[in-house]
Amino acid sequence: MNIRQYIPAGILVAVVVAFQLAVVLTGQDYLLTQLTMSAYYALVIIGLSVLMGYAGQISIGHAAFFAIGGYTAAVLTTGAFRLSPWLSLAVAVAITVVIAFLIGIPILKLKGHYLAMATLSFGVIVYRIVLGTGVFGEADGISDVPGFTLLPGLTVTGGAASRVENYYIAWFLVTLAIILLINLINSRVGRALRSIHGSEEAANAMGVNTAGYKLAIFVLSAVFAAVGGVFLTHYTGGIGPSEAGVMKSVRYVAIVAVGGMANIWGALVMGIVLNYLSLRGYFGTYDDIFFGAILIIIMLFYPDGILQRKTLDDLRSLARSLVARIRGRR
Amino acid sequence: MSFFAVENLSRAFGGLQAVSDVSFAVREHSIHAVIGPNGAGKTTLFNLIAGSLAPDSGAIRLNGDPLQSLPPYKIARKGIARTFQNVKLFRHMSVLENVMLGRHVRSRAGFGAALLNLPHTWREERSIRQRSLEILDTLGIADLADADAVSLAFGKQRIVEFARALATEPTLLLLDEPAAGLNMHETDEIARLIADIRARGITVLIIEHDMSLIMDISDHIAVLSSGKKIAEGTPAEIQRNRDVIAVYLGED
Amino acid sequence: MTFEHVLQYLLAGITIGSIYAIVAIGFNIIYNTTGIINFAQGEFLMVGAMTAVTFSRLVPLPLAIAIGIAVTVAVGVLIDFVFIRNLKKPTVLNMIIVTIGLSIIIREVALHVWDEKVRSLPYFTGDEISSINILGAYISPQALWVLGICATMVVLLNVFFKYSVMGRSMRACSANPVAARLCGINTKNMVTMSFVLSAAIGALAGCVMSPITQTQYDCGTSLAIKGFTVAILGGLGNSTGAIIGGLIVGILEEFSISVMPLAYKDAIAIAILLLIMFFRPSGLFGKQEVSALKEF
Repeated sequence: MNIRQYIPAGILVAVVVAFQLAVVLTGQDYLLTQLTMSAYYALVIIGLSVLMGYAGQISIGHAAFFAIGGYTAAVLTTGAFRLSPWLSLAVAVAITVVIAFLIGIPILKLKGHYLAMATLSFGVIVYRIVLGTGVFGEADGISDVPGFTLLPGLTVTGGAASRVENYYIAWFLVTLAIILLINLINSRVGRALRSIHGSEEAANAMGVNTAGYKLAIFVLSAVFAAVGGVFLTHYTGGIGPSEAGVMKSVRYVAIVAVGGMANIWGALVMGIVLNYLSLRGYFGTYDDIFFGAILIIIMLFYPDGILQRKTLDDLRSLARSLVARIRGRR
Repeated sequence: MSFFAVENLSRAFGGLQAVSDVSFAVREHSIHAVIGPNGAGKTTLFNLIAGSLAPDSGAIRLNGDPLQSLPPYKIARKGIARTFQNVKLFRHMSVLENVMLGRHVRSRAGFGAALLNLPHTWREERSIRQRSLEILDTLGIADLADADAVSLAFGKQRIVEFARALATEPTLLLLDEPAAGLNMHETDEIARLIADIRARGITVLIIEHDMSLIMDISDHIAVLSSGKKIAEGTPAEIQRNRDVIAVYLGED
Repeated sequence: MTFEHVLQYLLAGITIGSIYAIVAIGFNIIYNTTGIINFAQGEFLMVGAMTAVTFSRLVPLPLAIAIGIAVTVAVGVLIDFVFIRNLKKPTVLNMIIVTIGLSIIIREVALHVWDEKVRSLPYFTGDEISSINILGAYISPQALWVLGICATMVVLLNVFFKYSVMGRSMRACSANPVAARLCGINTKNMVTMSFVLSAAIGALAGCVMSPITQTQYDCGTSLAIKGFTVAILGGLGNSTGAIIGGLIVGILEEFSISVMPLAYKDAIAIAILLLIMFFRPSGLFGKQEVSALKEF
């Protein structure tokens, strides 16, 4: 067994713990709330990064799966149903698997623009449904979703009292997801997924069931998104139609692109940083413009993402030319 | 029953009969070639055999099992590997990883096992790596293992593609114009490689335009013209065949 | 349903369908020279109409529309110069992402410039009351303007592509860019020209439809999805197909109102889109290869 592949995950755990300690020591534990939310969004993003970066299949509809998870949990644990959150989680995952499977079979036969448009359209349909259906609360969404008691004394819910434990619940999930994805990427299956990206025709000729693998990774990434949706809905106590919006899906794609397509660590880091800044309101009313702009800038200047050597080299040469210029002036 | 056989295979595109009622049999451990001038239907025939096209009628059999209308990945699982005319290596993957992908049909770890990294998957992964390195070594390109596959020179890429195909441990190797785009020196190298592959007990079916390569290495040749088989025999017989000469001279 | 009702829906469907056809032709023009589906195509209509609305208070309507077109063309040229020409890795995935990013930026800038209010141009001639009665159905003078202008645009585009040197060069580029370059055609300029043309027809379509459907900063996305539906229905790159496809989608949408709640009207186009892509990705009139042509 290759222990070395888990070193980054160990570093992640250390960083998570260190951050929590630092925040508590400096008395700024309110920051943990946005980090918890960012972690749930990161679940969508790392799943999408494997779908897009490794298997090479774009999806501009992943917010739909997040919403399917969140809305299922919200509907089933409130109002007439009031089911146990565990049960509603299971139902949400099951529904997501079925929908991703059924929509994935025809959609994943498409390529390029067609795949992009089809996933975008799927997202729009889900958005219209949650926006126009009474059960889903129409424009208001669903609120008063109860907490999710995982174990006695350990509940996914908002509020200052349970901030620290929720931070750890969210990051436990992210770490778990990352470890699963690392395993996948470094396996025979991961290699097959990358080969589809490299040349679908050759992959098929070498015995890779390309349609099957594409469907499997599509469903897996949808499940990651749905689980993120379920937990975030319990954490914030509600969900609204904007979670299903096209803009959310585009934002996920943007973050994956910034992190570097085939790089789950890049996707995770950028997912946390950008979602955190956005949730803290740093971009104000320019939130959407910001994400539109980073999409374009990344594609123009850093089509392989910004977390790579080239960025450092660029910065270094920029610094060098600045230094040279300053010296020249003397 | 022959080892591999194409029986009355036909395929049309609109009004054009690209392959028309073609039959031939390939003996085990032989090098069998299909030649013909441009537009003779060679590529269509190849695509039919490799499963990227479905025939209108006719059969393709490996040890009697019908292969026609199976998708390419299932054909690969039957022990048939192929190369591409313009070399299709996997982008964003190293030479070693390309060859390791060739071991896909010879390994089993599924989606669930891979997610959980169960002990048998990492043991399997280790043997995949080992076997792939051995193959690179026998083809003399072990030093390229970590190079980015698609940035190699074209001739080297072709050898990597051979290595990838051999990694599947095929019983039948399909070669689509293996000399296309190569210089004379590289063509000689490929000829030696093909002979070497046959010596290991792998049957080879080549579709080729380059006559000199074919005449040197094949045991048996079928000639296509306008979608039909017009001749079949040993290289010596084909060289004397009047129809073949007419077709090739007519072309030039 | 009475005959008058059927005729009424039909007329409404043809009117909105001809707008969709123009959006689809806009997609086609850029697709044919670059292989890019410009996801910001819908925003061209929005920018054209919004600019014209703003200027219509200051200058006469025809001049306001001309300004709207000019501004939109400037945006189109800017997109080509700044973004399309500078793309380092012009893969399909990257181009999709860039044009999506552009559509978001244009939309959000429009939000900051014009706020969220719904606006519209006045009727070009007459008003709602001066509708014309045809066999019991009513058609507004603006609908006639829509039909007339869309038809004129289609005819002019056809003449342009068939007979002018520039139009023929653009067709050469789409058929074979390398050969076109070897023949001395500046393919980059042809790409710019395609952005100019498709921005111009988009802006004009946006202006002429504005009095009927009204315009808001975020109306581009749904227009783009419908225009794309129509483009695929007619076969990507095929402009005759786009006209027929536009009419089909427009008419189906209007008739859907009589059997389904109004809220689901937009879902019709998307449902058609998904159905075509699954069962006939080359479109009703397209060549089989087109869908396989562009890979990542």
